[in-house]
Amino acid sequence: MNAVSDRANKQAGLLLGQRPAAAFAGQSESHSPASPATAGERVSDDAGEAKSTAAVENPFSPSPLERRKNRRERIAQWLLGYSAFMLVAPVLAILTYLVIKAWPVLGISFLLENPQKFMTAGGVWAPLVGTFFLVAISLLLAAPIGILGGVYLNEYAGNNWATRAVALGVTNLAGVPSIVHGLFGVAAFVALTGRPSVLAASCTLAVMSLPVIITSTREALSSVPMAFREACWNMGATRWQTIRTIVLPNSVGGILTGVIFEVTRAAGETAPILYTGALLFKRVPDHGWQSFFPYSLNDGCMALSMHLYTLATQVVGVSDQIQYGAAVVLIGLTLAVNSVSIGLRMYLRSRKKW
Amino acid sequence: MNTASKTPARRFSLQAVVDAAEPVIEWLIRLCGWSSILFVFSIFVFILIIASNAFGKLDWREFFFSTEWQPDSVVQPHYGTLALFVGTLSVTVLAMAIAAPLGLGAAVFISEFCGSKVKETLKVLVELSAAIPSVVWGFVGYMVIAPLIIRYTGASTGINLLNAGIILGLMSAPIIVSMSEDALKAVPDSYREAAVSLGASRWEIVHRVLFPAAKNGLLAAVLLGVGRAIGETMAVLMCSGHAVNIPHSLLDPVRTLTATIASELGESPAGEMHYWVLFTIGLELFALTFLVNVIADVVVKGVRSERS
Repeated sequence: MNAVSDRANKQAGLLLGQRPAAAFAGQSESHSPASPATAGERVSDDAGEAKSTAAVENPFSPSPLERRKNRRERIAQWLLGYSAFMLVAPVLAILTYLVIKAWPVLGISFLLENPQKFMTAGGVWAPLVGTFFLVAISLLLAAPIGILGGVYLNEYAGNNWATRAVALGVTNLAGVPSIVHGLFGVAAFVALTGRPSVLAASCTLAVMSLPVIITSTREALSSVPMAFREACWNMGATRWQTIRTIVLPNSVGGILTGVIFEVTRAAGETAPILYTGALLFKRVPDHGWQSFFPYSLNDGCMALSMHLYTLATQVVGVSDQIQYGAAVVLIGLTLAVNSVSIGLRMYLRSRKKW
Repeated sequence: MNTASKTPARRFSLQAVVDAAEPVIEWLIRLCGWSSILFVFSIFVFILIIASNAFGKLDWREFFFSTEWQPDSVVQPHYGTLALFVGTLSVTVLAMAIAAPLGLGAAVFISEFCGSKVKETLKVLVELSAAIPSVVWGFVGYMVIAPLIIRYTGASTGINLLNAGIILGLMSAPIIVSMSEDALKAVPDSYREAAVSLGASRWEIVHRVLFPAAKNGLLAAVLLGVGRAIGETMAVLMCSGHAVNIPHSLLDPVRTLTATIASELGESPAGEMHYWVLFTIGLELFALTFLVNVIADVVVKGVRSERS
């Protein structure tokens, strides 16, 4: 009990010390809700002393309320910063670890050599070519539809239920699990083309990429100021003319950013191509122009993401280095392309004219 | 499109052709706009068509409420997906227990607490970590996290619920960060200014003003993370341990709906019950994620109608 009253006294003293003017006016407690009611009664005992010492020492020292506020602020900042750190640090640590483990095999020959001896030796050329074809074809299919879809959402669609339905469709398409996309590919594209093939896998990837391209295009278009369009309409241009000559040229950078980002996603996906066209192993010529164009669209192909999965779980006796090497090539590919996209966006933002 | 097109008259007529094509182009644009709905619908229909082969013969009670998953049994195959469903659920819950606090905290930090340089750096890093392919996350869980779990917990296997939860949490955190940062950004600055003018500290602004104002957006962000965690395939396939059972501890291996499809579709010949049941599971997954996404959308819409 003694300790409690002691603390209450100190608190009251501090309060008074902090607000000398208020204390002199005789309303020391009225606007400090944090101080306990009991403290108010004891103020009369020590008030005079506290006033004379604390007030002279530092009239601006923080009140308990402010101290608590500051303490909470510091704790919050620390905790939140810590959570941001906890999010980023493991990623960086893991990336570093992967590169260190893969370091001995990394080199230009690892990229250019085919997998050999049941994939326990050699490099990643065949999967790399396969991934390139899958991504290129899926992009060719998805980019026009996606960009026009974004144009529709931003330029044509009104503020009504239909637009909401389309937007919800985009969200849902983006949310469909990747393996369900794979099932769709099996049920639709593989059934159509007869067997798992580059084309079927690319179509599956294209459907999966669509929502991302639509969303990013829509965002890029919506950043073009309305005044640009209005000026163009005032000249008598139709809606399509406005889009073609004003809106699209002014947002091409943003659209490109989104499309490039989509490349990285398509390159990394495994589940959708698992049963629609990716093969465990396929021989690709080692030399000559044929090593660049080894497939017809009806063949299956290897893919880098699938290759990593195969190396890690299906093949026996692969050295760690080769596995880590494949992982680093895949990550390096996605991060490099992604950095291009981020860099492009920053560059465009820095020279934005409006 | 030959050399003649360079003359003014020719160019004019080309222009005329382009303009005359406008209605066609507008219809094309409309079609592309509706394509996303078309694809969502056709995904549902195509999977339903194949799955429906199983509907007559499937014992639905067993499908939903039995833990016996023995699709390859010659004598009496069982198609109970309860254990798989619980596996998906437990992995998702664990992932969210990691990703939601971290993601929300990081979003608040990025949006309210740090200077513009730190902010840009963090945003780029979060974006990059969102771009890491799921198979690489799976590889990391399989090769890096699993030995760590064995060393520090003494578990018999390192690929288990805990591993999958950690990996999935790290994977779905970036999407939570970027979505909830958008939600915080959508709160008008006048709210912040009003709070500052009343003497609120930054934490008080976040706690008393931003959280109530952006709560639907933040909830939607977490829900999108949940949707992503439910649908994640490769990482879970490689890290979860692949044993069909209801987990009793964090260190039990589990198996999810997605991983089951991914691992067994290749082994089951088309046109048989097992194959059809896998498509039925796909349908179940589709319905689950659809539901989560629609709820997220409704939650966000609530915020919009309140503001307007």
